[in-house]
Amino acid sequence: MGKSDELDRADAVKFSLDRHSGIGARTDRELRFGRLKQRAARGIWHLAMLAVGVVWLIPFVWVIWTAFRPKDAGMNSFLTWQWTFEHFARVWEGAPFAQYYLNTLTIAGGVLAVQLFSLTLAAYAFARLRFFGRDVVFMLFLVQIMVPADVLIFSNYHVLKEFGLLDTKLGIMLPYFASAFGIFLLRQTFKQMPLELEEAAMVEGCSRLGILWRIFVPLSLPVYISFAVVSVSYQWNNFLWPLIVTNSVENRPLTVGLAMFAQSFETGAQWAEVSAATLLVVAPLLIGFLLFQRKFINSFMHSGIK
Amino acid sequence: MRMSVTWKERLARNGLAWALLLPSLLFLILFTYYPMLKTAWLSLFQADLAVPEPVFNGADNYAFLFSDPVFQKVFSNNLWFAVGTVPTSMILAFLMALFADKAMAGKTFSRVAFFYPNMVPMIAVANIWLFIYTPQYGLLAQLAQWVGRADMNLLGHPDTVMGAMIVMMIWKEAGYFMIFYLAGLQNIPKDLYESASMDGVGAWKVTTRITIPLTMPTTLFVGVVALTNAFKLVDHLWIMTKGGPDNASNLLLYHIYDTAFSFYDQGMAAAMTVVMIAVLLILSSLQFFGWDRKIHYQ
Repeated sequence: MGKSDELDRADAVKFSLDRHSGIGARTDRELRFGRLKQRAARGIWHLAMLAVGVVWLIPFVWVIWTAFRPKDAGMNSFLTWQWTFEHFARVWEGAPFAQYYLNTLTIAGGVLAVQLFSLTLAAYAFARLRFFGRDVVFMLFLVQIMVPADVLIFSNYHVLKEFGLLDTKLGIMLPYFASAFGIFLLRQTFKQMPLELEEAAMVEGCSRLGILWRIFVPLSLPVYISFAVVSVSYQWNNFLWPLIVTNSVENRPLTVGLAMFAQSFETGAQWAEVSAATLLVVAPLLIGFLLFQRKFINSFMHSGIK
Repeated sequence: MRMSVTWKERLARNGLAWALLLPSLLFLILFTYYPMLKTAWLSLFQADLAVPEPVFNGADNYAFLFSDPVFQKVFSNNLWFAVGTVPTSMILAFLMALFADKAMAGKTFSRVAFFYPNMVPMIAVANIWLFIYTPQYGLLAQLAQWVGRADMNLLGHPDTVMGAMIVMMIWKEAGYFMIFYLAGLQNIPKDLYESASMDGVGAWKVTTRITIPLTMPTTLFVGVVALTNAFKLVDHLWIMTKGGPDNASNLLLYHIYDTAFSFYDQGMAAAMTVVMIAVLLILSSLQFFGWDRKIHYQ
């Protein structure tokens, strides 16, 4: 909106300048044609990008359509608006999705809780303390961002086996307890805290840990929330690692449960159930995203911090 | 306060710092450094079902790996997968950001529509797209039948399966990259645009002369993320093709998973993991060292 106004105004100013200075190089008609061309280009640009948006939505609409359609409604009766919950009911009864939900919540919550603790401490050390070997340790932490646990599934499986923690929720969580990404994110924020605040608190007799807990943490709350959004979505979506670690319903997260459920059918008649199950799995995060669109997008923007 | 830095104070500060780092460092050692070293060591052994205990065989695993047609196929698949997904999703992401930043209508709609695939787990994405690609029942097959074409089986043919995966991955990732461009666009000084519009510079020229050069750091960052993602994201294969047909859609990480947990060849899986780590370190070092400084405009 603002930009087009500016452009128009700029044109108008230019036009009147031309007229008054008597140059008259751009006639009235030429100018109007130019503006028309500009407007047409803008229209095409909007139409094209909105079309991309619609195309982007098609896969999801297709899944929703299948999940809520009665099976006997037939593919060709697109015009009737029959819908049903029966596929969801059958999915909920047919596989232990309630248990999977609980498992995913436990894993995501457990990982986040430990991460918040470990990264707060480490971020403070990097942001505010000068200590021997800081640069080397900092580089070492970078390694986790370059080589994340995702690609170390084979290696970590062996470590977990040594600990005898295969097929446990703790086993799924352990590799994510330290988050270099979170540490760097929070370090950036801690670094921006005014030094005077800290010095004043120290004069008052507050210890470093007290300052961290009473000043740094509360003031960084938005960053913590951003990190939480990214971390929880990550655990919610994680698949390959829990797949190889787990071997029982008690420990399987939603993604693995969904994959098992989808594979248990031969191709063909069960698409409605698979679609319903897929929606069950993605619903919480998607609803969260739709409700807090701006917050979610900002959070993921932070995941690009170097 | 800083003038009286005594040995005692320095010792206390160092002690505190290391104590604060300890929890993170402990988990990083256990689940990043130790497994990496252990894997590098194991890659020098024959450790499959043929031997009861791992047998040292030097660089044999690597020698075999690089002459193995399946590994070559998988590795080149991965390169093609990167070539197919990275530039297209980045260009799309840039256009999406340009639009979502200043659109006169449909700003929120486009942000939501472009970004939501990022909130969907890869495994659910695979289910959704399987149901688009699948013969007979799938969305594309039904469209093909509608216009009177024969049945369509994109995932069943070695020639088309990779293309189908690439399209899916672009759909999944473009919106994620868009948000970095959105952030990058905010960093461009507004008066640049103002003076350009005062001078009557067209939108195309503004984009190529101002926007694209000034979002170069974002492009580099997104490029590295996109490249590494091409090696990291493989969950969909488990649902859609298991790497087939005839390894036509197989990717390195999935092949590692298969080798370790279907064929129980630990030595080879270890060697491939080492290759994977090397690839990722090389790709990310592009960002952390070298290029970064040259492209920064500040």
